[in-house]
Amino acid sequence: MNSDLQTIEKHISQEYKYGFVTDIAQETIPAGLDEQVVRLISAKKNEPEWMTRWRLKAYRNWIKMTEPTWAKVKYSPIDYQAISYYSAPIKDSKKLKSLDEVDPEILRTYEKLGIPLEEQKWLAGVAVDAVFDSVSVATTFKEQLNKHGVIFCPFSEAVQKHPELIKKYLGSVVPYTDNFFAALNSAVFSDGSFVYIPKGVRCPMELSTYFRINAANTGQFERTLIIADEGSYVSYLEGCTAPMRDENQLHAAVVELIAHKDATIKYSTVQNWYPGDPKTGKGGIFNFVTKRGICKGDNSKISWTQVETGSAITWKYPSVILKGDHSIGEFYSVALTNNYQQADTGTKMIHIGKNTKSTIISKGISAGYGQNTYRGSVKIMKGAENARNYSQCDSLLIGDKCGAHTFPYIDVRNPTARMEHEASTSTIGEDQLFYSNQRGISTEDAISMIVNGFCKEVFKELPMEFAVEAQKLMEVSLEGSVG
Amino acid sequence: MLEIKNLHVSVEGKPILKGINLTVNAGELHAIMGPNGSGKTTLAQVIAGRDMYEVTDGEIIFDGKNLLKMTPEARALEGVFMSFQYPVVIPGVNITYFLKTAVNAMRKHKGLEELDAIDFLTFIKEKMRLVRMDESYLSRSVNDGFSGGEKKRNEILQMLVLEPRMSVLDETDSGLDIDAVRIVANGLNNFRSKERGFLVITHYQRILGYIDPDYVHVLKNGRIIKSGGKNLALELEEKGYSWLVEEQPIEA
Ligand SMILES: Nc1ncnc2c1ncn2[C@@H]1O[C@H](COP(=O)(O)OP(=O)(O)OP(=O)(O)O)[C@@H](O)[C@H]1O
Ligand SMILES: [Mg+2]
Repeated sequence: MNSDLQTIEKHISQEYKYGFVTDIAQETIPAGLDEQVVRLISAKKNEPEWMTRWRLKAYRNWIKMTEPTWAKVKYSPIDYQAISYYSAPIKDSKKLKSLDEVDPEILRTYEKLGIPLEEQKWLAGVAVDAVFDSVSVATTFKEQLNKHGVIFCPFSEAVQKHPELIKKYLGSVVPYTDNFFAALNSAVFSDGSFVYIPKGVRCPMELSTYFRINAANTGQFERTLIIADEGSYVSYLEGCTAPMRDENQLHAAVVELIAHKDATIKYSTVQNWYPGDPKTGKGGIFNFVTKRGICKGDNSKISWTQVETGSAITWKYPSVILKGDHSIGEFYSVALTNNYQQADTGTKMIHIGKNTKSTIISKGISAGYGQNTYRGSVKIMKGAENARNYSQCDSLLIGDKCGAHTFPYIDVRNPTARMEHEASTSTIGEDQLFYSNQRGISTEDAISMIVNGFCKEVFKELPMEFAVEAQKLMEVSLEGSVG
Repeated sequence: MLEIKNLHVSVEGKPILKGINLTVNAGELHAIMGPNGSGKTTLAQVIAGRDMYEVTDGEIIFDGKNLLKMTPEARALEGVFMSFQYPVVIPGVNITYFLKTAVNAMRKHKGLEELDAIDFLTFIKEKMRLVRMDESYLSRSVNDGFSGGEKKRNEILQMLVLEPRMSVLDETDSGLDIDAVRIVANGLNNFRSKERGFLVITHYQRILGYIDPDYVHVLKNGRIIKSGGKNLALELEEKGYSWLVEEQPIEA
């Protein structure tokens, strides 16, 4: 028995492949946070006065807030004064007109990460915005998107070029008063992606952003805002990696989605931030993220799909406010915690409109000493006639030192609601591995087969090419060598 | 082909097999019978390489190689197959994918080209017809929700697909209905050849009537206490095991 567990453990000990540091000249402001720093960030971005004021309000709000402690994660206190809140590759201080102006070192970084920025190398139909530490370095396929009236640009550019949209929607789903990390982000966010899909437009390609933390002792605070106007459709994917460092690094992002009448937003995340040292648990990214979407109009739909394999700590609950009648919210999640990783993740579905429907499929995989918590809440408000929710939370345990926890909260205020909840916990049994071995299948292959089988329902929600990527990522996160 | 010499096996410190000697030559089919708890499954699992069983003495040689030194998958790749008394359920893992992975691992081991999805489907569908398994099973997870008999049929299917040289079948006939026993026995008979050896563990004469074993052994209390021809099975069916006295181990 024991030796089998050892085999399993050997196979799941992973090596992080994206842990290198890019050596480029970067401008990093001194650590610490006060109003001056907030003003400085705003000034660096050349922001209009209204934006600076909004940041300051967020900051003043943040200093009155305390860090939440209800999540089932353990970490030593974060010293917010020890973090630098802005870091950028130096060449980037001026606006980039084309990819030729991007530091070749950065381009090489993205290539190493498997994200070629040069358009010709692109997987057909994927437009990419790449955020390197605090700034957005390149957005591909801009022209083609322009033709359809789609706006896909760095957040900072949107502040300059589309102030009316930013003013209208920024903080409309996640106000800076929402929570500690959202307030912090609102004060110091440096960049991120902005998407606007006009009425009736089906975005002609997948949009995607890759986030990369490079500099040491910096936090990454990006903001994403996606607006899908009436009858439009967009599928958006974000991916994330970071170098290996002994210190923990903070990543506190905010994502806001707005789906108008008959619009659909599909948002997928493949998160692979550095998880920390597999042996000691030292280092790794603290991933505290607030993601929320609102189905504003009737028949709108927001679907979150996340594959969370990285980070030392993951704290995120992509949620949907189902305001429009007949609107649909979905949450498909795979969260993997290996070695000393901890994840507390789930969703919130708030049913306000009539005949609203939500689906939650959560798959937690724990290995090593990993701790995995599903925390989900379904709220059916008084006026939400005939609301329906289906929730399914499955946990898979690999080895005997890890843990899985499930906290479903349900609040029903309308008697016509129909709720279904299913949960299961399973293990990869020594007998399953032996059975597979007896058929000539290696333990490695058997584990990845079982894990992929477990995640199938979620992977099928990802755009095709990323489903393959996610599957591979699971393999490297679990086995090190397969894939 | 398979030589078991003076095999002693313990589980959690408790001796289960107490000196098994048994040789299965290519082309032979040996049946093993014996009361519950006598050590039949233990023997099968030790041949396959389950590591919860501790071999305290003796050896198992397969084609001149020391089987006990090999990992379970290495044994499988060399051509040792075991049909499980209790086949294991693997939820979420599609049976076609599972078998294709297994077949291609074998082919790779033999230096053959891997089968692509289409060739594999053609191949497996033909084998399914032999054991009269419906094609709809191909979309299901490994043994998930299978009835007892369906699981056993699936074991035989895997044997036919993997084409092992040495097959150890642990009570594959238990749980099969009367027709299924005949179907499985037919499948087995067609699969027999002078290159292949079989060790068939069973409690029932019925299947032996179809497959005509070359030898029948009685395992009791961790020892082979009697060996004989197929008539021994008939005798056992009639009289049970109690008339047999435990004597010195008999060489097969
Ligand atoms: N993991 C284990 N732990 C403790 N005892 C075990 C274990 N595995 C087998 N045994 C014991 O070893 C003995 C032999 O078991 P085995 O399964 O080999 O019997 P069998 O001959 O196959 O019986 P049956 O005809 O009922 O299948 C039994 O007494 C059983 O309880
Ligand atoms: Mg048995």
